[in-house]
Amino acid sequence: MLVNRKLILAHFWFAFAVFGVALTLGAWQMFIRSPIGTWLSNPELYYRSLTAHGTVMGYVFPTLVAMGFGYAISESALEQRLVGVRWAWTGFWLIVIGSIMAVIPIALGRASVLYTFYPPLIGNLFYYLGVVLVVVGSWIWVALMSINLRVWRKAHPGAAVPLAMYANVAGSYLWAWTAVGAALELLLQIIPVAAGLKNTIDAGLARIFFSWTLHAIVYFWLMPTYIAYYTIVPRAIGGRVYSDSMARISFILFLVVAMPIGIHHTFADPQVGAGFKFIHSAFTALVALPTLLTVFTICASVEIAARLRGGRGVFGWIRALPWDNPMMLALAFSFVMLGFGGAGGLINMSYQLDASIHNTQWITGHFHLIFGGAIVIMYFAIAYDLWPHLTGRELIDVRLIRTQLWLWFVGMIVTTFPWHWVGILGMPRRMAYFDFGDPAIAPQALSVTFSAIGGFILLTSGIMFIVILARGMRAPLAEAGAYRFAVAVHQPTTVPVALNTHALWVALMIALTITNYGYPILNLATTAGTSVPAVYVGAQ
Amino acid sequence: MSAEDTHSSSVEVAARVERRWAIIAVIIISGMALLAAFAGIHQATMPQPRVETTDPSRIHLSGEFVESNLGSVLEANGNVTVRAIGQQYSFTPACIVVPVDTPITLRATSADVVHGILIQGTNVNTMLVPGYISEQLMRFGKTGDYLMPCQEFCSFGHEGMWGKVKVIDKAEFANRAKSGGRLSCVGQ
Repeated sequence: MLVNRKLILAHFWFAFAVFGVALTLGAWQMFIRSPIGTWLSNPELYYRSLTAHGTVMGYVFPTLVAMGFGYAISESALEQRLVGVRWAWTGFWLIVIGSIMAVIPIALGRASVLYTFYPPLIGNLFYYLGVVLVVVGSWIWVALMSINLRVWRKAHPGAAVPLAMYANVAGSYLWAWTAVGAALELLLQIIPVAAGLKNTIDAGLARIFFSWTLHAIVYFWLMPTYIAYYTIVPRAIGGRVYSDSMARISFILFLVVAMPIGIHHTFADPQVGAGFKFIHSAFTALVALPTLLTVFTICASVEIAARLRGGRGVFGWIRALPWDNPMMLALAFSFVMLGFGGAGGLINMSYQLDASIHNTQWITGHFHLIFGGAIVIMYFAIAYDLWPHLTGRELIDVRLIRTQLWLWFVGMIVTTFPWHWVGILGMPRRMAYFDFGDPAIAPQALSVTFSAIGGFILLTSGIMFIVILARGMRAPLAEAGAYRFAVAVHQPTTVPVALNTHALWVALMIALTITNYGYPILNLATTAGTSVPAVYVGAQ
Repeated sequence: MSAEDTHSSSVEVAARVERRWAIIAVIIISGMALLAAFAGIHQATMPQPRVETTDPSRIHLSGEFVESNLGSVLEANGNVTVRAIGQQYSFTPACIVVPVDTPITLRATSADVVHGILIQGTNVNTMLVPGYISEQLMRFGKTGDYLMPCQEFCSFGHEGMWGKVKVIDKAEFANRAKSGGRLSCVGQ
């Protein structure tokens, strides 16, 4: 029962429009820093582009997808009209205004601080205020998801909350809490300086606040993808969810352990001691657990579909899968990229191995493979799956959709594998250009060229994606029926309270954040003499 | 066997397989954490353990990072200490000279924004955060030149911030160190 289709479409269209812009900037960056591009005469332009690319891809695009998808889940899984539609539109417009407000100073070269802010570098005040508006807009969504679930519970006392909604609300709580880190950094530290009220800032403390956001935000981006794995893929390919309770356990594990691990981003930093670095490293290992559980459950669910289609043998069933179904294709690509990206992630989180690749192109390769690859390819799949229900029209370009998914997969591999390689060779991140004339850097020229070609394959695929959706708005009318989610082999009628509510897990998430972040933050905040002069962007 | 029995036995099979996988996953994860703990304690391979602070607006006036104290120094016990600073957009010294096969302590900080030191072909890799002192232990097994780029965005000139490390013969380094002072590639 999708009633507020316009609301959901608005979120998706704005998300994909800004995604298209940021993707184009990304491809330009790949080109200009490769040997096939000419040496950039003004590297400052590169960092404007990089700040815009990161800000859009990190804060605006995935947030809007999660919100639009969240509203769709709330209406269709709960079979209940969205409560608070006006507020939802308010949130949407806050994000639109915030994005524009942030992008103007970036375009003017007044906020080239990258989406990770990097104080004591300080950019234009309106950049930060724009980001704050985006976050505030998304918090309205968090509140609405919680309220809608509460309304449904009142009408269905004791009933099992549909898996899609249970996971969706878990994702929204994770976002609400993980955004607090960056919010504290912005409100307590950066904005007072950007507004001219102060001129010093504790850069070390700011990095810890940001690490609070920086890791779990990835799991917020991941949530729509995992929801699609569990609740869309099995239905789309004619299978069933192997286990409803394992799915719930995976989502609550994300909620609890995605948070208290961010200090692994600061292994190489001087402002945190070894003890907390080790604790965060060990907790990061834990976050592999829900993913390992998910890989098992989804493979088992897919196998059910294959066997129902007559698949036989230990591995023979793989051939029986509906490979011409875009959802099947997207899932397979997503899993391959998740496998490689996840293996890289285990290296990054390792207390010792991290030193070999910290802040090299390996890291760029890693998160593009995970986010741009495994996660975003499922955003495409979600859009394709929802589109007929949102537009009331059929998506007829199935061949084109398959080509688009193939290109995205190939493009992402061609981009990120050479990145990983040059990262091992020690090529640093965030460079506007490289002196390929240096004999020590020259051998990396070929790899960087391959990455740039990959960037253009991705751009082609991204354009195709937008064209397919745009054509879908004008396709012949066709009633798609009610939007449904996958059912489990043993569909639960009642679920243990712990797996049907979030309170316990939210409490645990907050408690673990306090134990793992409380001491480092307090310690840094009370250490005297660590505030350093701000360096204003554009003032040099 | 009734349909009901088949159903409940299949539930049991499913749960059993699932549980086995969960146990394997937990074993893998605890194994990794234990390995990291073992290597950290036994081989002393771990990130910087201690936190030290310094005031970047005064480092050029007094303390261990004044200009005359930057560079490499041969300690009484035969080890070498290297002191360096990063600032927009260069390292001082821009070219660090050290002996081969010698335990070296790198102590560095930033004079302005966040920078990073990475020595290519090694796992020497640390952030320079203004206000804090970074310390890294290192040892080079081969003589030669190594590139040392800044690995963290430090504003528009970041791409141009590349330093160098020159690893030279032990005797040659000892010879140069005799005259005292702080060594860098300058004068070689």
